Amino acid sequence: MASRTIAAGSDAPVYYEIDEHPHPEGHSTMLGFWIYLMSDCLIFAILFACYAVLGGNFAAGPGPRDLFDLNLIALNTAMLLFSSITYGFAMIAMQGKNVRHTQMWLAVTGLFGAAFLAIEIYEFAHLIHIGATPQRSAFLSAFFTLVGTHGLHVTFGLIWLVTLIVQLGRHGLNPANQRRVACLSLFWHFLDVIWIGVFTFVYLMGMLT
Amino acid sequence: MTTDAVVSTSAAEPTFLLGKLSWNALPHDPIVLATMVVVIIGGAGLFALVTRYKLWGYLWKEWFTTVDHKKIGIMYMILGLVMFLRGFADAIMMRLQQVMAFGGSEGYLDSHHYDQIFTAHGVIMIFFVAMPFITGLMNYVVPLQIGARDVSFPFLNNFSFWMTAAGAMLTMASLFVGEFAATGWLAYPPLSGISYSPSVGVDYYIWALQIAGVGTTLSGINLIVTILKMRAPGMGLMKMPIFTWTSLCANILIVASFPVLTAVLSLLTLDRYVGTNFFTNDFGGSSMMYVNLIWIWGHPEVYILILPLFGVFSEVTSTFSGKKLFGYTSMVYATVVITILSYVVWLHHFFTMGSGASVNSFFGITTMVISIPTGAKLFNWLFTMYRGRIRFELPMMWTVAFMLTFTIGGMTGVLLAVPPADFVLHNSLFLIAHFHNVIIGGVLFGIFAAINYWWPKAFGFKLNQFWGKVSFWCWVPGFWVAFAPLYVLGLMGVTRRMRVFDDPSLQIWFAIAAVGAFMIAAGIAAMLIQFAVSIWKREALAETTGDPWDGRTLEWATSSPPPAYNFAFTPRIHALDAWYDMKGAGVEHPADGYKDIHMPSNTGTGVILAAISTVCGFALVWHIWWLAGASFAALIVTAIAHTFNYKRDYYIPAAEVASTEAARIRQLASAGA
Repeated sequence: MASRTIAAGSDAPVYYEIDEHPHPEGHSTMLGFWIYLMSDCLIFAILFACYAVLGGNFAAGPGPRDLFDLNLIALNTAMLLFSSITYGFAMIAMQGKNVRHTQMWLAVTGLFGAAFLAIEIYEFAHLIHIGATPQRSAFLSAFFTLVGTHGLHVTFGLIWLVTLIVQLGRHGLNPANQRRVACLSLFWHFLDVIWIGVFTFVYLMGMLT
Repeated sequence: MTTDAVVSTSAAEPTFLLGKLSWNALPHDPIVLATMVVVIIGGAGLFALVTRYKLWGYLWKEWFTTVDHKKIGIMYMILGLVMFLRGFADAIMMRLQQVMAFGGSEGYLDSHHYDQIFTAHGVIMIFFVAMPFITGLMNYVVPLQIGARDVSFPFLNNFSFWMTAAGAMLTMASLFVGEFAATGWLAYPPLSGISYSPSVGVDYYIWALQIAGVGTTLSGINLIVTILKMRAPGMGLMKMPIFTWTSLCANILIVASFPVLTAVLSLLTLDRYVGTNFFTNDFGGSSMMYVNLIWIWGHPEVYILILPLFGVFSEVTSTFSGKKLFGYTSMVYATVVITILSYVVWLHHFFTMGSGASVNSFFGITTMVISIPTGAKLFNWLFTMYRGRIRFELPMMWTVAFMLTFTIGGMTGVLLAVPPADFVLHNSLFLIAHFHNVIIGGVLFGIFAAINYWWPKAFGFKLNQFWGKVSFWCWVPGFWVAFAPLYVLGLMGVTRRMRVFDDPSLQIWFAIAAVGAFMIAAGIAAMLIQFAVSIWKREALAETTGDPWDGRTLEWATSSPPPAYNFAFTPRIHALDAWYDMKGAGVEHPADGYKDIHMPSNTGTGVILAAISTVCGFALVWHIWWLAGASFAALIVTAIAHTFNYKRDYYIPAAEVASTEAARIRQLASAGA
């Protein structure tokens, strides 16, 4: 960075940046978003901890083996994993400066996300229908809260996704929008990672108990 | 009479339009009613004055919508001060009740009211006094100390402030509309569950803290990123001023602990609103889970409060001893060690829960270990003073008072860390004396030191010394008169949160404590007089150099108050104590060659979002579902609309910078002449 002092001694140290280059706008956004994600991760950590502590308290009600349908969950998981792949394609399209393709892959991601949510809502509705409500036992309270919080995050991700598709249509791939696509990408993959935890610890290990 | 508030607010059948809200929610208690009348008259008077002098536009444009970290910092401090008066009113009421309720007297507060008062006192003092004070300080000072022009996310900063203010507003609303929690400041279930607290008190507590918590978490993220990314060139981590270091650690603690509070309060909310069984007595719930989780947030929280003030004391000691800080590196490491250790001590808040001898021993030992880095800090401050040319200005006086007071508070803390001793002292007034000893002696004295130290920077004039000293000499002995008796009472076995007493021999100690509380009241009054007198006589107290204390860090390198852009040219750092280094090298500030300065624009979105959140919180408290739904939708829509605004910055033209700087140079010259 070129700079000089007013006290123009040739080898005197420089104390003020005279010829300053402005920082590119939003240069700290990615770091900030990462830190936000880690704080969000902590919320999930607490919900996992609650599930670990309370997950065996069935209160003479149904347990995981009575309730979980692994085929349905496998389908659900596939939807979310596909949506992560298609988000990856959106990122590639963005690097290729192709607005249309970026939008299209985001839309595909959104469809997979919506499918995931629909299956989850179906699962919840079914459980409630057969009497396995969140009020039934501490296990079910912890289960619905952990899985539901993840679902809520996906819902907000979808709202964000739609907003972003509209904004891409209006302003194209300007730096702000590129930053937003990258942030949502982090968010989306983060939810994928959380889901893998849910899938493993809640569903798979639940079937083993 | 103790239960009519509960009955009146919960017995009425909820309506669609107003949920559980009805005329019964308005106060019946003459004390609260009188307070409400005074507040309404006072508020109306303030509103009339602001309208009369046509200040709404000014307040909106220059303050409410500002993204300038300095103004936001000042607003945080004002919020903290206002809420401090409320929290202190609660304290005086408790002291009066406890000194009166002897010999068959019931005192003047019924138990339902008294329980709300001690809950509100704790909640307000921690969340809406101590937190705004430290966040305000960090907001004001950190960007200046690192040579930055603002924080990384200026809009979020404004939003964070207003969310904190919204939480405070909800808490205040509970005084007049309905009631506040009567559960103690951490709202342990099952007491805080729906079956034992069916009324709206706990809901106010939950939503006030959740809304304020959003602000706190976001401002934590903001300041971490600011410190990591926006330091002036040359300022490596080990050249950061010590206050910035302690702020960094405090903000890391915020981001790594407040989500836990968010989560655990959400679970309590589900228990209360949906009927889940996380913390209930039946259906497999575990209230011990709540106690663990809330303290996993709660213990780091006390270090969030104290660490920035450790930074303040370090800056003050070094400046007023005229020496560089002794053991800077060890100070940094001590801070980091405290940051880490604060996560492995939470269980010492409930040794008596029965986790077993090995678990209790582990947490007892980790707790005692924390006193080692803290002790190292005290020695560093003492060695900084050793052979220094100490100037006993007000900030230094508060620092010395802190060292004496805090050390004793720390030692009683180590006593409590011994599990067998804790089985005797748990839940007693000894504990109350201990944490007031460290929070008042550490956090509050630190805030006072900081206010006296940085006030000239923020406003361009010093604070009046005489009234500052009056305040000091009322506060410090007042603190000891108020809290030493509680140590004695606690050792005699008196538990906390008691409303009436049978044993007449205890009364004298409560009388002494009440005298102490009134000495503190005098100290607070003297401080308010100090502010008023200083503002009145600001011409005589004017500070034109920008560096009134012969400071060492960068905030003293710019004018007082600093221009919106803080530094016309970003400084380049070569040493710790950068400004001291620059003064030593005789560096002159460039007098021309200014450039346009890129700055963030003001926005009203933060105020609007926080206002909608307040409405949403209020609606949720009272089960006004349509309003809760509508305001939540409005929240989302407003937030999305904000993202469609891509023009969030502007340039201060070079000519304007030049004229501002020229004025400063003239001012400096006249000060030097």
